[in-house]
Amino acid sequence: MSFDVPDDLQYLESHEWIDPATGRVGISEFAQDELGDVVFVELPSVGDALDQHDELGVVESIKAVSDLYAPVSGEVTAVNDALTNEPELVNEAPFGDGWLVEIDFDSDDLEATLDSDDYRAQIA
Amino acid sequence: MEHYEQARYAPAEGETNEPLLSENDQTTVSVDPSLPDDLTRDTVELPSLEEPELARHYVRLSQQNYGVDSGPYPLGSCTMKYNPRFTEDAAALPAAAVHPDRSETALQGTLAVMHDLQDYLGRIGGMDAVTLQPPAGAAGEFTGILIAEAYHEATDGGHRNEVIVPDAAHGTNFASAALGGYDVIELPSGDDGRVDLDALEAALGENTAALMLTNPNTLGLFERDIEPIAEMVHDAGGLLYYDGANLNALLGRARPGDMGFDIMHFNVHKTFATPHGGGGPGAGPVGVTDELAGFLPDPHVRQSAGGDYELYTPPRSIGKVHGFQGNWPVLVKAFAYIDRLGDSGLADASAKAVLNANYLADQLDYEIPLGPFHHEFVASAGDQDAADVAKRMLDYGVHPPTTKWPELVAEALMTEPTETESKRTLDDLADAFNAVAGDDDAALADAPSRTTARRIDQTAAARNPRLSWHDLD
Repeated sequence: MSFDVPDDLQYLESHEWIDPATGRVGISEFAQDELGDVVFVELPSVGDALDQHDELGVVESIKAVSDLYAPVSGEVTAVNDALTNEPELVNEAPFGDGWLVEIDFDSDDLEATLDSDDYRAQIA
Repeated sequence: MEHYEQARYAPAEGETNEPLLSENDQTTVSVDPSLPDDLTRDTVELPSLEEPELARHYVRLSQQNYGVDSGPYPLGSCTMKYNPRFTEDAAALPAAAVHPDRSETALQGTLAVMHDLQDYLGRIGGMDAVTLQPPAGAAGEFTGILIAEAYHEATDGGHRNEVIVPDAAHGTNFASAALGGYDVIELPSGDDGRVDLDALEAALGENTAALMLTNPNTLGLFERDIEPIAEMVHDAGGLLYYDGANLNALLGRARPGDMGFDIMHFNVHKTFATPHGGGGPGAGPVGVTDELAGFLPDPHVRQSAGGDYELYTPPRSIGKVHGFQGNWPVLVKAFAYIDRLGDSGLADASAKAVLNANYLADQLDYEIPLGPFHHEFVASAGDQDAADVAKRMLDYGVHPPTTKWPELVAEALMTEPTETESKRTLDDLADAFNAVAGDDDAALADAPSRTTARRIDQTAAARNPRLSWHDLD
């Protein structure tokens, strides 16, 4: 089975993605498939300062509880509140309505992330 | 929604609730005005049932339950051994029904039993002093962590802020260390399922407060390197903590104290056949070496030079971890069990626990990747989903093993039959395992199909939990 890996995003080995254009962060389609049905998502608050690879939050599925990591350093500028009542959005649209947070970040941090080809190779 | 037991608590149309208390027993209390409106209500909405309806409701529920009295319960790491009835008899003796707040003179018999149980547990674990106070295994772990913290504080200034826990450890180990304020360092297991000495060396340092281990470990494998492990931890200035979860494999044959452990807790509900929790009172006694005895909870039971039993406060006690001396009736059951079995009986129990696990493993069609093992083994469900296997085993009338943990074995089926199962029962259990191993995908996906309650929608239950009978349809 092949998973969607959009070319305009950057990735972490731990399966988070970040949109360099907007600072929007989520988890990959591969990650949501591995997790199975997501039942709860714990996210930081707007205004929280994160360091790259800091724990960003927690995603809980019927199989496992997994930590989420910040792909970049910066301040959280938006949080996807819809996930509180609809955690299934992470499964249904991991690159869309299932996004997690938006971070105001320094683009230098992107050097330590994977591009779509590298990430595709990792999950192959 | 399909109800397998009707929850007909609500009064029917036109009925009102019969008060459970007569008016004479009712007291009016004023509500603290600081409570927010959404946390207060005008009626208590007590269930409206006649006594026979209530009795039948609970009897039906009990008939649908499955416990160690119903059949084999090979839930790995939980040591679900049969609870012999003589321990219940002992706990029900009128002499055991004492209020703990009486004078020491009036409590001599009670204190004598506590003192002897401390002594038994110390001898079984190879520990110099034992407290009976912690009310559960996890509470014992936390007590042990508090003792380690107090010890380091007293001896080298309390800068140590890390506790090392193997990745295959029980979740309570991580939680106890974190609750004690420690940073938890997760130790990856070696390929053979045991502690990797190189990884341990890398994890140890001047901030190491303790390493928490269980032996045999969660995979049922004996940590053969326990002596060098103890030496490494002690050389780093840390303490070695023994999780008593798997003590059933060692009873009367090997002692954590002799292996170099400094602190241990006992799960009396596992090793000494007291009933498993279910939310009820438990006990998690903690044993320590002489060096740590002064830190034990307050009060502790000792025998005076004159032969009387007395309560005293250890000089550097961490304080109280539970009311009085812990959950006394549970301790009586553990005492009765140990006293009845004696040295040879306990050694026989551990031998049979290991024999039963090995016999059962030998009958199974599932692969068991790691061994040789002791009192439990971890089989792999292979191409099957371990959760489906567990649900399907219910259809064959037996309780399933622990599943999907430890993660070192794919689709883990962690199995611990305990010493209390006969060969006949083990054969039945093996038949159930092997029947499931041969079942097709459709049977697995539909399981359980022969139980009163069918497959539960776990996702819906987690996303939209309904926690009150008011929320049922």
